Amino acid sequence: MELAAYGGDEVMGDVAVLGAGMHPWGKWGRSFVEYGATAARAALADAGLDWLQVGSIVGADTVRGGYPGYVAGATFARALGWQGARVTSVYAACASGAQAVYSARAQILAGLADVVLVVGADAAPKGFFRPAGGDRPDDPDWLRFRVLGATNPTYFGLYARRRMAVHGDTLDDFAQVKVKNAALGALNPNARYRKRVTAEDVAASPVVADPLRLLDICATSDGGAALVLSSMEFARRHGVDRPVRIRAVSTVTPRYPNTVLDLPDIATDPAAAAASATEPFRASIARAAYEEAGTGPEDLSVAEVYDLSTALELQWYEDLGLCGAGEGAKLLWDGATAPGGRIPVNVSGGLASFGEAVPAQAIAQVCEVTWQLRGHAGDRQVSGARVGITANQGLFGHGSAVIAVR
Amino acid sequence: MRICTPVVAGWFTGDGDGFRLLGTRCSACAAVFFPREDAHCRNPGCSGGALQEVPLSRRGRIWSYTDSRYRPPSPYVTDPELPWEPYTLTAVELESERIVVLGQAVPGVTVADLAVGMEVEVVPGVLYEDAETIWTTWNWRPTGVTK
Repeated sequence: MELAAYGGDEVMGDVAVLGAGMHPWGKWGRSFVEYGATAARAALADAGLDWLQVGSIVGADTVRGGYPGYVAGATFARALGWQGARVTSVYAACASGAQAVYSARAQILAGLADVVLVVGADAAPKGFFRPAGGDRPDDPDWLRFRVLGATNPTYFGLYARRRMAVHGDTLDDFAQVKVKNAALGALNPNARYRKRVTAEDVAASPVVADPLRLLDICATSDGGAALVLSSMEFARRHGVDRPVRIRAVSTVTPRYPNTVLDLPDIATDPAAAAASATEPFRASIARAAYEEAGTGPEDLSVAEVYDLSTALELQWYEDLGLCGAGEGAKLLWDGATAPGGRIPVNVSGGLASFGEAVPAQAIAQVCEVTWQLRGHAGDRQVSGARVGITANQGLFGHGSAVIAVR
Repeated sequence: MRICTPVVAGWFTGDGDGFRLLGTRCSACAAVFFPREDAHCRNPGCSGGALQEVPLSRRGRIWSYTDSRYRPPSPYVTDPELPWEPYTLTAVELESERIVVLGQAVPGVTVADLAVGMEVEVVPGVLYEDAETIWTTWNWRPTGVTK
């Protein structure tokens, strides 16, 4: 697909984002159903639509809510009041939200639905995420805890140390990511953490998984996010001439041999017998999105990336092609990824300010990009934002990236 | 007398200098898998050969390392009565297989003792003990260090 200019011509394959809504992130101690239903109602109000006008609902599942969490689409539909909509529930770990957007978009483009409501929400436990219960020695996620005690932060620690050894990144570089994101989160009413943070604060926080400290690592949170998507034709009939449009959704898997140790694996694929090294998985996620949208990193106005740790945000800069390999820290210190820079990253405040509400997070990324492209992001607004990308990676090999334009 | 039992069956074998991680090798494309694949080769470009058990290289180089300063949740087994003692996790690249294998470092080795690129070797270790059983595992040990 070729684009003459952004903001003007519609491209076949576009779907409209009519509404975006969230339940604020926090540790509220209530059910994920409540967070999801609140976010859904907010998104419907934002779209100026009634729930009765929605033809299909897609829920991003949570593994922490019992059976209702595994059938999140139906759970949210029931909470909003059964009205006969088609229902879909999807799970892809951290990428669940993008899978939900992907499913909704496919239904719209196939002509199966005019208006689709996408909802994800989670109620997170205190402390580390842990695998589902029971003895399951054939489950890699159970094994990594049982055999190694390898929590999610230990993987983040391995990646951070690797960057320090290969690229010369420093603890000060990592801390500066937190400083940037905390300053932005302070401006976001939906963020859980709304205090500015200094590099000294980061350095004074306890080490969780060397070299990363508590303030380098994202928390686990409660929260909910929702989007109302529609066909371009419906958007016109609804009186929205220039909606934010989703132009690409990348849901690619890795290519063998995957040579970066990924959650929840104990070992990588063997590279010895394969033809040649392929591009890293994260870079392939972004490339697939760029190709589908007919765009590239030079066209971006904003990016929301999955900063599970401060070091991982730097990695995403490189994987999105915002800079070359090993140049992430320089891009950060140059101010390119801060407000006013060439390509502001995580203007929402990122996971650093939200903490992760797994099935809601990738949807929340699209909410932020939507508000930025509309020019409705308040104190966080990136002026003249026209093209935004979201990116994350769900464990067990789930790519997730969305490109939206206006 | 307590019995020594591997925490996972079929992942390692032997004692002392004869201790090895066990993987499987595809007879068609020569890919080596750890944890072992016994049903199908995972190389999408391979027609799929028989998978045979092979010991992995004993030595490798550190790809990266970290530690666990807080007590991991179940199913990791710890004694909640005892204060938490952090342990070190090491990801090690085996040169001939071109595979990175995660493992705990031998007790007493801290992150301050390690560097990316350092040579380590696999040695037998104990994950935890209960009334009847000593649950065994593998550990990575810097080759410059003697036990």
